[in-house]
Amino acid sequence: MSIEIKNLHKSFGSTKILNGFSLDVKEGETLSVIGHSGAGKSVTLKTIIGLMHPDEGEVWVDGKNVFQLPREELYELRRQVGYVFQFAALFDSMSIRDNVAMGLRRIKTMTEGEIQHRVSASLYLVDLVGSEDRRPSELSGGMKKRAGLARAIATQPKYLLYDEPTSGLDPVTTTTIDELIKRMSDELKVTGIVVTHDMTSAYRISDRIAMLHEGSIKFVGTPDEIRASEDPVVKGFVEGRPEIANRALA
Amino acid sequence: MARIHYGEEDPGFKLQDLTTPIRSVGHGVLAAVQSVGKGSFLAVRAVRTLKQVDIWAPRFVPLLVSIGIASIPIALFILMFTGVVLAIQASYTFTGTVPKYFVGALVGKTVILELGPVLTGLALAGRVGASIASELGSMRVTEQIDALESLAYDPVAYLVVPRVLAGMIMFPVITVFSLTIGVAAGWLTSMAMLDMSSAVFVKGLKLFFDPYDIQFALIKAWSFGLVVTGVGCFYGFNTTGGAEGVGYATTRAVVVGSMIILVLDAFWAATLL
Ligand SMILES: Nc1ncnc2c1ncn2[C@@H]1O[C@H](COP(=O)(O)OP(=O)(O)OP(=O)(O)O)[C@@H](O)[C@H]1O
Ligand SMILES: [Mg+2]
Repeated sequence: MSIEIKNLHKSFGSTKILNGFSLDVKEGETLSVIGHSGAGKSVTLKTIIGLMHPDEGEVWVDGKNVFQLPREELYELRRQVGYVFQFAALFDSMSIRDNVAMGLRRIKTMTEGEIQHRVSASLYLVDLVGSEDRRPSELSGGMKKRAGLARAIATQPKYLLYDEPTSGLDPVTTTTIDELIKRMSDELKVTGIVVTHDMTSAYRISDRIAMLHEGSIKFVGTPDEIRASEDPVVKGFVEGRPEIANRALA
Repeated sequence: MARIHYGEEDPGFKLQDLTTPIRSVGHGVLAAVQSVGKGSFLAVRAVRTLKQVDIWAPRFVPLLVSIGIASIPIALFILMFTGVVLAIQASYTFTGTVPKYFVGALVGKTVILELGPVLTGLALAGRVGASIASELGSMRVTEQIDALESLAYDPVAYLVVPRVLAGMIMFPVITVFSLTIGVAAGWLTSMAMLDMSSAVFVKGLKLFFDPYDIQFALIKAWSFGLVVTGVGCFYGFNTTGGAEGVGYATTRAVVVGSMIILVLDAFWAATLL
């Protein structure tokens, strides 16, 4: 099963953000989405699990049409999808332990012991052992980000949507998180979409990379293909050299 | 140089000046209608999610405390002074014209029928309505409500239902305390400051007392609980745009909650008395 995004259109007021966005994510693959700040990457991720509704277009996850599902089935589907929020979105009235346990408590068959065990295992994976009883407000930005990641992976979902999982992390932690994302894909066969600005990460973790530009997918291909791309917009972006794109436009 | 075409440049009068107030009223009405629509939508969703007991029940008991028990002091404070003032004013008004025991009747009737439930409701619109709106509002703008959705929690079941239920249960409870302290304060004031005997006050109190009055007060309190928590949830839930949005939602929740309380109060008086 996979994620199919078909012809999304989305405007806020008079600003068109998505304009015919289509993308297929194959089962078991990790696909990175890159694009300028404000291009609509977060909007796209939110749309995939129905947190936002497009003006037009369809999203199919696990063979189900997200915007046609009755609410209960939508929640059922969301249990299969872990979401890492760009700004962590931790519940600030709860400890980190309870934050991570939230998704697990929706699984009726799990005992409290199993839940606690899974919470510890997830926090271990993101290197947050020892912070279980702290509140989100007591964590640094990068720690919050990792706690958000732990919360998303705790339920061992089939799909993971990561919104900039490594932005704001130091290079060493970034590598740890990249390895975690790879393990999710290799060992648990998770289908993942990773929104990222970090090209090093993108090359390291992705099976394919897609570039969002002006509301639709400008390019999609393997890391090697994108590195070899001569398209000025793509080349300018991945090499961090806007003058390439500007020269082409002039 | 070229500005001699007097008529064209005259800024004195534009048709727009006339229509602006009408248009802003129009916008206001539209916004109100839209809020009512969205509000009903939320209400229907809340009723539908009532059956998700496993989601809202664990949240319910702590909310009984934070919405209910923690609000009792402010309600007692307000009604205590109201009882004192009512007794003094009644005695001032009645002296020389009406028998003294009417002080008891007036304090009892006014506190139970009107001031007990309404002042409690208004105080809680400030305390409870504002705190709900700001809490849910900041959860909305920091994407915590989206996070709930992503973890397969219906945020209406998780956030709205337990708050509204707690309000509907606890407002009548708080009101019972308010009524008691209001009447008791009037009674003590009559004895201590207005040289009435306890028996005289009680005579007046009993004279017009009708058990239905208590029922009436509790129905009002129940409806105020529904409104204050519901309006707080509504504005919190629909918050947009950062800290400023949270502030706006909080203010709206208090203002609109208080207004609906007063309208409802008149409605109950007209229908139930
Ligand atoms: N709720 C909203 N209301 C109005 N405009 C919005 C809303 N959410 C997003 N936008 C607009 O949509 C555009 C895309 O936003 P989005 O958050 O998807 O960007 P992004 O690609 O994730 O950027 P970044 O890399 O900086 O996170 C932005 O221009 C933003 O202003
Ligand atoms: Mg983003």
